Amino acid sequence: MSFPWANHYQPTNPLMKWMDEKLPLPRFVYNAIGAGYPVPRNLNYWWNFGVLAGFCLMIQIVTGIILAMHYAPNALVAFDSTEHIMRDVNWGWMMRYAHANGASAFFVVVYTHIFRGFLFSSYKAPREMIWLLGVVIFLLMMATAFMGYVLPWGQMSFWGAKVITGLFGAIPLVGEPLQVWLLGGFAPDNAALNRFFSLHFLLPFVILGVVILHIWALHIPGSSNPTGVEVKQESDTVPFHPYYTAKDGFGLAAFLVIYTAFVFFMPNALGHPDNYIPANPLSTPAHIVPEWYFWPFYAILRAFTFDFFFVPAKLLGVLAMFAAILVWFFLPWLDTSPVRSARYRPLLRKFIWFGFVPCMAALFYLGGAPAEEPYVMFSQLAAAYYFAHFLIILPIVSMIEKTKPLPNSITDAVLAKNGEAAAE
Amino acid sequence: MVRLIGILVGIFFSGWLLVSLAVGFFTWASEPKVETAEHVFHEHPKALHLASDGPFGHFDLQQVQRGYKVYKEVCSACHSLRHVAFRDLEQLGYTEAQVKAEAATWMVPGIDPVTGEDTMRAALPTDYFPKPYPNDVAARAANNNAIPPDLSLMAKARHNGDAYVYSLLTGYQEQPAELLEEFPEAKTPDGLHYNPYFPNLNLAMAQPLMDGQVDFDDGSPNDLDSMSQDLAAFLVWTAEPTLAKRHATGWPVVLFLLIATVLAYLAYRNVWRNEKH
Repeated sequence: MSFPWANHYQPTNPLMKWMDEKLPLPRFVYNAIGAGYPVPRNLNYWWNFGVLAGFCLMIQIVTGIILAMHYAPNALVAFDSTEHIMRDVNWGWMMRYAHANGASAFFVVVYTHIFRGFLFSSYKAPREMIWLLGVVIFLLMMATAFMGYVLPWGQMSFWGAKVITGLFGAIPLVGEPLQVWLLGGFAPDNAALNRFFSLHFLLPFVILGVVILHIWALHIPGSSNPTGVEVKQESDTVPFHPYYTAKDGFGLAAFLVIYTAFVFFMPNALGHPDNYIPANPLSTPAHIVPEWYFWPFYAILRAFTFDFFFVPAKLLGVLAMFAAILVWFFLPWLDTSPVRSARYRPLLRKFIWFGFVPCMAALFYLGGAPAEEPYVMFSQLAAAYYFAHFLIILPIVSMIEKTKPLPNSITDAVLAKNGEAAAE
Repeated sequence: MVRLIGILVGIFFSGWLLVSLAVGFFTWASEPKVETAEHVFHEHPKALHLASDGPFGHFDLQQVQRGYKVYKEVCSACHSLRHVAFRDLEQLGYTEAQVKAEAATWMVPGIDPVTGEDTMRAALPTDYFPKPYPNDVAARAANNNAIPPDLSLMAKARHNGDAYVYSLLTGYQEQPAELLEEFPEAKTPDGLHYNPYFPNLNLAMAQPLMDGQVDFDDGSPNDLDSMSQDLAAFLVWTAEPTLAKRHATGWPVVLFLLIATVLAYLAYRNVWRNEKH
């Protein structure tokens, strides 16, 4: 769908006319991310992160395919083949650092993109499907990143795999057989490494497929915007190209400066030194921690230390960890406010900035801290707020909150911001 | 209905977390704190500054060469360097002929070309540094039941690895009297050696390097502190021989992207010059 005032694709070059008759791919691109897609004119820099996420996926796929040409998914040689890439393959070190830091960059970008969704209630009707697909992408990313971290077969690879697959062992009755079935053995070994490699290669293309659905679903209602007021007239929008291609180009270049600074100057800053020690099933690291992007959920997992009657604490932790992400699926229905943007929802805005943001910052820190007091007590407090925020505060605030008056249209909001009288 | 179930689930999770918090706090507040000797006496690595530090870092090849000599004459008796090949030494400024001659001073396992029996032969530049022990059992048997770890990646396999190596080599000392007073059960067992830079304070390796143990051809200082720094510099190189190239590549890339960012910003301002937003 598009707005009636959208530009129409009119090829003049005979070759392009011929192409348009046979396979209208240029027309498709023109309507998807070209001048034929009208976009609200008031998007701010929060809206840069979708394009950045797509770019990160491309970095990961390209560097990953090159790494797979040199990597050997066998427990005997996986660690050495990774070092072979670092030392002997031409520019192999750059590919591997680009891939490892690319995963971190992808999560930074996607967390920001998701937070944009919370801040501007992007999940609300008519964009529920975009949001649901986005949560699916995030879950697939977590699975892919987890399996990718196992591949170098260092100490954290091995013990991370053991701990995370061990979570399935907490499920009553079927837990242990399920864990053995998932790993292809009683502990991570060659069978697990091989299937993780296979799936780590497959899942990015599944992600790519869901990303296409995500963007398709986006093009039906069109992009949201910081006021949360829907597009009403032509003056509310500008064509995606050249306006947002230019703005995304700037955002992309700025992002790449930070990303390449990590790749070339501090490539190991976000990794764990133990993963440069080959996997050793007989030697447990002092602190087993996943990669930083899993820390909030790892903190929630470990916050449950007390059995609930017949339900063991470990199972509660596993349920809570999955629930922490699954709850996002229900946001479109938990939030009943007629207003989208937190700009016009003063109470929600306070809860987001002074409740949710410190809570997430604490969970990020605590997930990487050792599982001892007083860290565990703080993660219990932060995790309690996390669930309360989405499941109690958000539904209640959205019902009782007195929202601020919305602008009549995006154009009015833009003109008011620029200090001009709203034209009727 | 969704909201009602949601609120109930939220109350359950948040409530149970707060109950766990209360129980945890009670336990934490009521039980006496148990301190451990490792927690109190373990020290973070000393500050170490090498030429390879920072975004402009590159290898001080003379220092790395000295570190190689320390490895060869001291560490290699027990520690392998399995990711490094003799051909890699060319990166330290040695010529092809020098590398060939250096490799030939090492013996590696080989096969007799006539009988096919296991034998030892002089190493070639294509060989990797040989392992000092034929297997882990032999390594354990010779080292008080501890396997000397491979050193190739040591500088990346510990937090602040180069400073860790330097601190460990220079950190051997008598067990402090306060430690024995506070934690009598933490007395260093026979056969182990006290070192506050080692995570659990006692390690199987006796102090490996002493003042004046290695002589350098150019008369560089060979006190313990200098040689430990040299060895740390060498291990930074073995852990990542491409480090200098990485820094040298990074600057043009980042500067190019910075200019691209400025141009992209100007292009963005230009495109939007007539559109209020």
